[in-house]
Amino acid sequence: MSPRAYDVIIVGAGIVGAACAAECAKEGMRVAVVESSCVGGGATAAGMGHIVVMDDSDAQFALTRYSQCLWDQLADDLPPECEFRRYGTIWIATDEEELDHLRRKEQFYRERHVPVEFLDERALAEAEPNLREGLRGGLLVPNDSVVYPPCAARFLLERARDRGAVIFVGRPVARLDEQGVTLRDGSFLPAGAIINATGTWAPELMPGLAIKKRKGHLAITDRYPGFVRHQLVEVGYLKSAHAHEASSIAFNIQPRPTGQLLIGSSRQYDVESSDVSHAVLARMLARACAYLPRLAELSIIRTWTGFRAATPDNLPLIGPLPGHEHLYLATGHEGLGITTSLGTAKLLIAHLLKRPPAIPPEPYLPSRMESLTCVKSSL
Amino acid sequence: MRLQRFATEVLVIGAGPAGLAAGYTAVRSGRHAILVDENPAPGGQIWRGEWTTPRSSEAALWFDKVRRAPLTILTGIRVIAEVAERTLLGEDQQTAYEFRYKTLILATGARERFLPFPGWTLPNVMGAGGLQALVKMGFPIRGKRVVVAGTGPLLLAVAAYLRAHGARVLMIAEQAPLSRLLWLGRGLWRFPTKAWQALILRGRLFDVPYRSSCWPLSANGDGRLQSVTLQCGSRTREIPCDYLACGFHLVPNVELALLLRCEVREGCVRVNEFQETSRANIFCAGEPTGIGGVDLALVEGQIAGYAAAGRPEAARALFPQRDRWRRFASRLNRTFALRPELKKLPDAQTIVCRCEDVPRGRLEEYRSWREAKLHTRCGMGPCQGRICGPAVEFLFGWTMESIRPPIFPARVESLIASPEQGESVWR
Ligand SMILES: Cc1cc2nc3c(=O)[nH]c(=O)nc-3n(C[C@H](O)[C@H](O)[C@H](O)COP(=O)(O)OP(=O)(O)OC[C@H]3O[C@@H](n4cnc5c(N)ncnc54)[C@H](O)[C@@H]3O)c2cc1C
Ligand SMILES: Cc1cc2nc3c(=O)[nH]c(=O)nc-3n(C[C@H](O)[C@H](O)[C@H](O)COP(=O)(O)OP(=O)(O)OC[C@H]3O[C@@H](n4cnc5c(N)ncnc54)[C@H](O)[C@@H]3O)c2cc1C
Repeated sequence: MSPRAYDVIIVGAGIVGAACAAECAKEGMRVAVVESSCVGGGATAAGMGHIVVMDDSDAQFALTRYSQCLWDQLADDLPPECEFRRYGTIWIATDEEELDHLRRKEQFYRERHVPVEFLDERALAEAEPNLREGLRGGLLVPNDSVVYPPCAARFLLERARDRGAVIFVGRPVARLDEQGVTLRDGSFLPAGAIINATGTWAPELMPGLAIKKRKGHLAITDRYPGFVRHQLVEVGYLKSAHAHEASSIAFNIQPRPTGQLLIGSSRQYDVESSDVSHAVLARMLARACAYLPRLAELSIIRTWTGFRAATPDNLPLIGPLPGHEHLYLATGHEGLGITTSLGTAKLLIAHLLKRPPAIPPEPYLPSRMESLTCVKSSL
Repeated sequence: MRLQRFATEVLVIGAGPAGLAAGYTAVRSGRHAILVDENPAPGGQIWRGEWTTPRSSEAALWFDKVRRAPLTILTGIRVIAEVAERTLLGEDQQTAYEFRYKTLILATGARERFLPFPGWTLPNVMGAGGLQALVKMGFPIRGKRVVVAGTGPLLLAVAAYLRAHGARVLMIAEQAPLSRLLWLGRGLWRFPTKAWQALILRGRLFDVPYRSSCWPLSANGDGRLQSVTLQCGSRTREIPCDYLACGFHLVPNVELALLLRCEVREGCVRVNEFQETSRANIFCAGEPTGIGGVDLALVEGQIAGYAAAGRPEAARALFPQRDRWRRFASRLNRTFALRPELKKLPDAQTIVCRCEDVPRGRLEEYRSWREAKLHTRCGMGPCQGRICGPAVEFLFGWTMESIRPPIFPARVESLIASPEQGESVWR
């Protein structure tokens, strides 16, 4: 053990930092968490909280599947305000091309032992009566779930605190180096290892990091219990998630345990302002109405935006910063950080304790990114 | 979904005294103006329901002027969002409306402030102005025992109104101390209409006890209101009653101004001498610039109307009148400032946010509105903090940080009715 005050300092108390803190504290490390504003107030406050297994690459699958299983294990411990529900996801196909896509998706999951159920047109209509007629089919992934992210982050931090972690909120970190972190108020906290879990802010502490902000809009309705029963996503979603053009929209709607409906989603690069754009909002809602015509009559009570931390290859950065012994990264989770926070924490603790991880860590290593060399020189 | 489009030189939001005066002045100065209000008829709060049968000569005068002016008044339409530069979106039950303007005047008025105390969520505990509005719509109050409590001149107005409609008003409990009320009273002679109004009210209320330094501690009853316990000076007393009409003065409606990124300080929209906000071509008049009552609202509305129509000299001529009513307003607001004891009214179990059932005890550990909201859902319901926001601000000193469209719950179809859905706004 290092002679320093803390074995590990985690910068950022979003869902990722909170998960890392809980994991490190569980391993008996002396942990400090430093957060500039409030717990779960960054992207974690904006995200949909869909815990979802993805099939876009083997690496993405491995991390989301592993994480989803970890959420399942945690489920019984989550307090009611975390609003954890196993609603399942239904991926929806509107035409022949998307139906092929759906079949490939089904096969992908089956080969990897993820329970799925194919819904033909009728079964889909029975499962979700408010969907429009004439949709081609759906793929139900019953183990996917939803959670209320800020309270989940808080719960994880409280777990860490119960095991001795110290949590500083309202204390921005100004700099970090191999010895520890310097807060904006000038105080210095020494640590054996430092984890940068500041989401889209990560490049501020490690300039040159290949993280881009990707804006998203969401809207929430008043309470309409039972209007939809599963998280419904268009199967073409990945086209949107991976499109690297300036902006894209995909149908994505989630029932909340309150009876409300959370409607997504948009993706935009190169927008700094967090203002709600009416044009984007209108497009997103129109798209949702194309699937759920009766949605048009329901009331929206609020809209908001958030920023995803996007990397060039759509995979997060988890592991040591190349060329640094004590600096680690846990960021770049784009639109999946709520899901993958728990897997991220497991991978990081394996790095810290030099233990074999449960899934291959290579695809997420920061060292895969050439651009990181410029981070090295600037720190 | 139907979408109707309007374009005008001067768009006025709110058809209370301020908005009516602004719209009237603008058209009389040769501008094309449209007035939009969510209520079924013009009049705002004070002249609500009086469009066809005005109850005061002032209302009659203004309604008459407005009727004879070429002013387009669209009622029953709520303005909910900004869809593009100088373009607002509204909706009613069936239709969405788009309003393009050159100049905008915000005259969105004020709402009552509620403070939580044990039992305030019981049925038959109501807002004072809310109960008055209900009675204006025909709610039967005759013979009912009513206690009116809280603070502000509105309590007197409401009590007089309820009494005139047959209610047995048992008491008016005013939290402000007697010394303050006397100080206000001594200044009244300088404000003729106000003094006159106060006299009339007193005349109608002469046998109703008006207690100063008196406020509700709890509303009691099993599922329904049975009595109210009041702190009156150093004593407490319980009064059996059918209704408790409560209001703790007013808070400006600044949501639309905030949405349009106008500067708001200490809960009031900042304006220059011409009632222009921090954003060019957006003016604001009446209660949103600070609670000041109907007379101030009327002058501010006229000044904004003249300024919006490019007649600064005509506006300037009204400055002395406005100064006078502002002095009165500041006297009023100092008189009815909330006493710190009221912060102790809610106990740990008392609900603060009614939409989401959040009790005071759950808010205690947080440091900001946003943090409390994220972790407790306080202010996340359909009212979006309109009710609990001012209470939370008083109790904890937190101010709401962000306002997002729609400023009122709005139908999805209205939000997508916008023709601006195209790609052009994407950059
Ligand atoms: C619209 C939208 C929808 C989404 N939907 C989903 C979904 O359905 N499922 C899913 O799994 N994911 C979803 N996501 C993604 C998910 O929200 C994020 O990946 C996740 O919240 C990232 O968590 P984080 O802890 O890395 O970052 P954040 O939550 O942003 O946390 C970073 C923290 O670091 C703090 N910080 C920053 N700088 C400093 C500093 N200098 N010093 C101290 N602290 C600092 C910040 O204040 C912040 O609290 C969505 C995202 C968006 C925007
Ligand atoms: C509940 C209540 C009762 C009152 N009763 C009395 C009384 O009996 N006697 C008295 O002297 N004073 C009373 N007042 C005080 C009175 O409101 C003011 O002195 C005076 O009416 C101020 O005029 P105004 O034009 O600024 O605002 P208001 O009269 O409040 O007018 C504002 C108008 O704007 C409309 N509006 C607001 N936002 C929107 C939107 N987004 N879209 C469309 N329309 C919108 C509202 O519907 C309202 O009609 C009362 C105030 C309240 C809140």
